[in-house]
Amino acid sequence: MQIVIPPITWRRRAMDRLMTAVSVLTVLIVLAPLFAIFAYLVYKGVGSINLAFLTQTPKPVGEPGGGMANAIAGTGVILAIASLLGVPLGIGAGIFLSEYGRNRYGDTVRFVSDVLNGVPSIVIGIVAYGLVVMRQKHFSALAGGVALAIMMIPTIARTTEQMLLLVPQSIREAAFGLGVSRWRTTLSITLRTATSGVITGVMLAFARVAGETAPLLFTAFGNQFWNWRLDQPTAALSLQIYTYALSPFDDWHRQAWAGSLVLIVLIVSAVAAVRIVVRRGKLAGA
Amino acid sequence: MGVGITVEHLNAFYGKTQALFDINITVQANHATALIGPSGCGKSTFIRCLNRMHETIPEARVEGKVRIGEFNVYNGTSATQLRRRVGMVFQKANPFPTMSIYDNVAAGLKLNGFRNRKQLDEIVQKSLHSSALWDEVKDSLHKKSGASLSGGQQQRLCIARALAVQPEVLLMDEPCSALDPISTGKIEELIFQLKEQYTIVIVTHNMQQAARVAEFTGFFLLGKMIEFDKTEKVFTNPSDKRTEDYVTGRFG
Repeated sequence: MQIVIPPITWRRRAMDRLMTAVSVLTVLIVLAPLFAIFAYLVYKGVGSINLAFLTQTPKPVGEPGGGMANAIAGTGVILAIASLLGVPLGIGAGIFLSEYGRNRYGDTVRFVSDVLNGVPSIVIGIVAYGLVVMRQKHFSALAGGVALAIMMIPTIARTTEQMLLLVPQSIREAAFGLGVSRWRTTLSITLRTATSGVITGVMLAFARVAGETAPLLFTAFGNQFWNWRLDQPTAALSLQIYTYALSPFDDWHRQAWAGSLVLIVLIVSAVAAVRIVVRRGKLAGA
Repeated sequence: MGVGITVEHLNAFYGKTQALFDINITVQANHATALIGPSGCGKSTFIRCLNRMHETIPEARVEGKVRIGEFNVYNGTSATQLRRRVGMVFQKANPFPTMSIYDNVAAGLKLNGFRNRKQLDEIVQKSLHSSALWDEVKDSLHKKSGASLSGGQQQRLCIARALAVQPEVLLMDEPCSALDPISTGKIEELIFQLKEQYTIVIVTHNMQQAARVAEFTGFFLLGKMIEFDKTEKVFTNPSDKRTEDYVTGRFG
């Protein structure tokens, strides 16, 4: 039987060009809001960023100047607590789901984790309030960290699970074949092979909670002064932005813009820094 | 030094499906034994029963007795303990992709807690020499990932990795099925040398390969061991009609 492959007509060429153009366009549309937000933040906020803003605490109402240094530090502390709690728990849950959870119990955990992912952040704030604040009898950085950790866990768990499932079974078998125990294989082979994917999941979760305000409202609570104690109310950039943006003072509005810009820059540089560190460890051909 | 293997009344299952039926075989120490047979006849399942890899598959189970050297494989030996003495090379090369060439070879020792840097260096070099890969990778041991090598090199890397833990038995599950004739030739040459120190069991689809490398050959069909004898006998004067049909190419 003779088969005839039709020649490539001008219509097919045109369609090819059109589809390429459409996909480029969609990328631009998707990226446009990000750039618009960033450009607008720079436009509004960069003028108010100065040494005082980065080194001083807020001034009382009516007094001009002051800064958000304590809030920047507070966000750092709260995120550190959230990551210390959320990352190991999330990765641990992900390992369980991928390596041991191919059964009904695992399905339950998966379902619960997806539901947790959809719980409004303010509700998670209430949970942390009940778990930590009620017991300690006051607001604290710890409570804020717990709230954000709870939000990080489901994202990290599910992405870790997906990334571990992508590691071919043959890689695990190679380790078993060398007499490596199962837990060792999971930690040193499977998890290590999936590292870059797992870190992407962690960074997604981190970036998502870094700007959260609602879960901190009645956990970290905010603070106008320096505080380094984990069991005391602590300032956070997002809370400070929220308070200042709702205020009637122009100076505070300007500071809120500056705070937003600082927050975004901090998140972007944290994510970028982790990426660079991870990339440095890569081998040729890996 | 290699050790012998004795298998008695081995039955293997995947869930309710029986894959191996009453296998009995004695593998001689420091010899190569080839297992041949058509696809799906149970050769790979059998070889995976020898180092307890079969049971890593969900719902798979094994009945019967296997002795490897002093180990009673299914009674009183842990799977990890056993696998440190029984190395395995898989059908598809499976180097650890995130590890350097050096770390791939050292993996078995390092992950089992061996830390002596100097000895590791020696063992890695020796293993890569044994698998005829040293000259090709000696300049990029720490720089390149195991996955960056060519297919044939990857398979030889996997052999080096298996040798580094100094096993007594080496199981090879169609180690050359994805390789070109030159790489295949290198690996066959290697098997010839390795026999002096290890007991080798090799599954192969290539009957010439079995004839070239192995002193003993077993013929599997539909989960049963039809014939097990000296390679020469199996290929020139088999006692079973089905073996004859297979080795002369009349089926399979």
